[in-house]
Amino acid sequence: MKLSTSILALAAASVAGMVSAQEMTIVSWGGAYSESQKRAYHEPYSANTGVTIINDDSSAEAVAKLRAMNEAGNVTWDVVDVVAADAIRLCDEGLALEINADEQLAPAPDGTSASEDFGDLIVSDCFIPQIVYSTTFGYRTDLVGDTPPTDVCAVFDTATYPGMRSLEKRPINNMEWALICDGVAFEDVYDVLETEEGQEQALAKLDTIKDSVIWWSAGADTPQLLADGEVVMGSTYNGRLFSLIEEQNQPVAMLWDAQVFDLDGWIIPTGLSEERTQQALDYIYFATDTQRLADQAKYISYGPARASSAPLVGTHADLGIEMAPHMPTDPENSKRTFLYNYEFWADYRDDIDAKFQAWLSQ
Amino acid sequence: MSDTTQDGPMLAADGTTLKQSLARSLRREKMRALLLIAPLLVFVFLSFVVPIVSMLFRSVENSIVQDTLPETVAALENWDAQSGELPEEEVYAAFVRDMLVAVDAKTHTRLGTRLNYEETGMSSMFRRSGRQIGRLDPVDDAPFKDTLIDIHDGWGEVNTWAVIKTHAVPYTNGYFLNAVDMQRTPEGAQAQPESKQILVKLFGRTLYMSLVITGCCILLGYPIAFLLANLPMRSANLLMILVLLPFWTSLLVRTSAWKVMLQQQGVINDTLVWLGLVDDAARLIIINNQIGTIVAMTHILLPFMILPMYSVMQTIPPTYVRAAKSLGATNWTAFWRVYFPQSIPGIGAGSILVFILAIGYYITPEIVGGTQGVFISNRIAYHISSSLNWGLAAALGTILLAAVLILYWAYDRIVGIDNVKLGG
Repeated sequence: MKLSTSILALAAASVAGMVSAQEMTIVSWGGAYSESQKRAYHEPYSANTGVTIINDDSSAEAVAKLRAMNEAGNVTWDVVDVVAADAIRLCDEGLALEINADEQLAPAPDGTSASEDFGDLIVSDCFIPQIVYSTTFGYRTDLVGDTPPTDVCAVFDTATYPGMRSLEKRPINNMEWALICDGVAFEDVYDVLETEEGQEQALAKLDTIKDSVIWWSAGADTPQLLADGEVVMGSTYNGRLFSLIEEQNQPVAMLWDAQVFDLDGWIIPTGLSEERTQQALDYIYFATDTQRLADQAKYISYGPARASSAPLVGTHADLGIEMAPHMPTDPENSKRTFLYNYEFWADYRDDIDAKFQAWLSQ
Repeated sequence: MSDTTQDGPMLAADGTTLKQSLARSLRREKMRALLLIAPLLVFVFLSFVVPIVSMLFRSVENSIVQDTLPETVAALENWDAQSGELPEEEVYAAFVRDMLVAVDAKTHTRLGTRLNYEETGMSSMFRRSGRQIGRLDPVDDAPFKDTLIDIHDGWGEVNTWAVIKTHAVPYTNGYFLNAVDMQRTPEGAQAQPESKQILVKLFGRTLYMSLVITGCCILLGYPIAFLLANLPMRSANLLMILVLLPFWTSLLVRTSAWKVMLQQQGVINDTLVWLGLVDDAARLIIINNQIGTIVAMTHILLPFMILPMYSVMQTIPPTYVRAAKSLGATNWTAFWRVYFPQSIPGIGAGSILVFILAIGYYITPEIVGGTQGVFISNRIAYHISSSLNWGLAAALGTILLAAVLILYWAYDRIVGIDNVKLGG
């Protein structure tokens, strides 16, 4: 009797231990990016609160997995790092918690409210912005001759820059660049892309270089292809190019022209217990304050999403170089930029993707 | 022997009839056997049957429209989509009532996503309108027709209501139509515009390339299996290890290794250029296309061909071939007329294994397939993880499953499934 009671008590204690808020699962992208979050957010947060943080590198499948977890009624993630487009999808599906920025996020040190500090970057009610990254081109300095490209349309100019290019195997960004290089003004791109003719025009432009393109689906592909000399130029995330150029010292340079800004940030899943939701909100409050966002830029070249963080960006923690000139948001780099149009792609993604894939397989 | 004959039925030791007693012990035996395999049965049921059935169900399930907009769907009953005129005020009023509930429960955006699969633009229409409709009062703000059209032009388009009405059925064939490049319209099933037709082509390509890969595996695997079965034990064991070695290497590593081998600046091209067989400016393109997929998948699936072949060949007595030769057959005749027919069950088993594995392959075509070498599974993955169109993904999966079953049936009719052996 005594034994069984103590076993019961032990079991109860261990169950309680499992569900207690002393452990959090945070989902992110893995690699250098998760490492930067670990050093900038997780470690100080654990030190302050004693909460153990478990990393899960599942962000690439986060939307599908969250939906499956929600249907199964067992959400095991506390905070999830997703791109803004996925955050919108999750919000639409009712899988992400709506956030009131001013109440649930830290104000800037000078007292500016969070919603003002993040500004337009709060693209969905459920989205807590973290970084601004860009999809842009890198090129091999030794394979472009004496006239390094300065214009994104070099991608479509196979006469001056012969060789293969790598582009992402999806319509997003490629359709925009094709239209820009086909003479469409920056501000008209999405109006044109809304029409059948505009979509055909973009595909026709891409058709001119179709034989010279290697299509990638993982962010690591282009850096690898550039390092191998397999392609002359290719698109990828600017942080990947930074590490290729500055950390691996490859003969590669950035072509910032017509870079497409995109956002990455946090969401909190719905369906968590009250206690876990509070825990997640507490973490978010800490991890997205001005100093923490600026800290992350010490480890990776993505721009902090808060206006108030920008002046605090310092040098790379290991390389010691100034990080500001490597940020996509740096004035020198962002002379011609493009903000990914979330609403447009939420509507047109499936439609244009079908057309794009049909075109690809022709 | 008269002392063993009895008048009544045979009795067992406990007095019941022998028949009953036998039946009981048989039943007990069966129960015991069933209990022994019960864990496996439950496991197979939970991890295999239930998911597949639920997947099949998802491909037709479509209650979301009716659940989210019950009054609107009822009111639309009396409206004719082909009339070319907008529905009456009662539909708009019903729609506002439904939306007020939906906005509260935040299900309107989910419906928007669902309808956006059919009609581009629905997603933002529901998301944007939701906020403003949420502020309306179902009684005081009537009439709603003009209010709604003010909120979003889309509510003033006949097509919007036609789409809602068309997709309001709780069980739909829409996903299956989409899966074969068609669509559900108010006028019935119609082909998708040509610029969006891709899935049928991908199904065809998946079948064709799986067949080619199976063929390559037979051609490459047969001689190896033959050697394995006929070499002396020591060398055969060494060869066996070489066959099994790839099994101990991660699939991703093997596929990525092919990238290093096949790319234009890769090992094979470099060697050919160095030998002077290929010009430096005209390096071969043997990756990111069908060749890449076929080469990498043949390599990865080869052991699944070799092992069944080997285990069948091992059972073929060498005396048969010797007998054939002693009766005057040439080496070739002895092989072709005596040995080969006996090894066919191994080829059959290997082919089924390789073909069925190939047809569902995802990661290898994704990495080395480029644009021409991708399979239908890559589209299924897209719809599961990116577009969240699980209904379509389920329909594609169901068709793939049906295709495999039909091929299996055809195989059984032509070759005979009894002719398939994994060994012995």
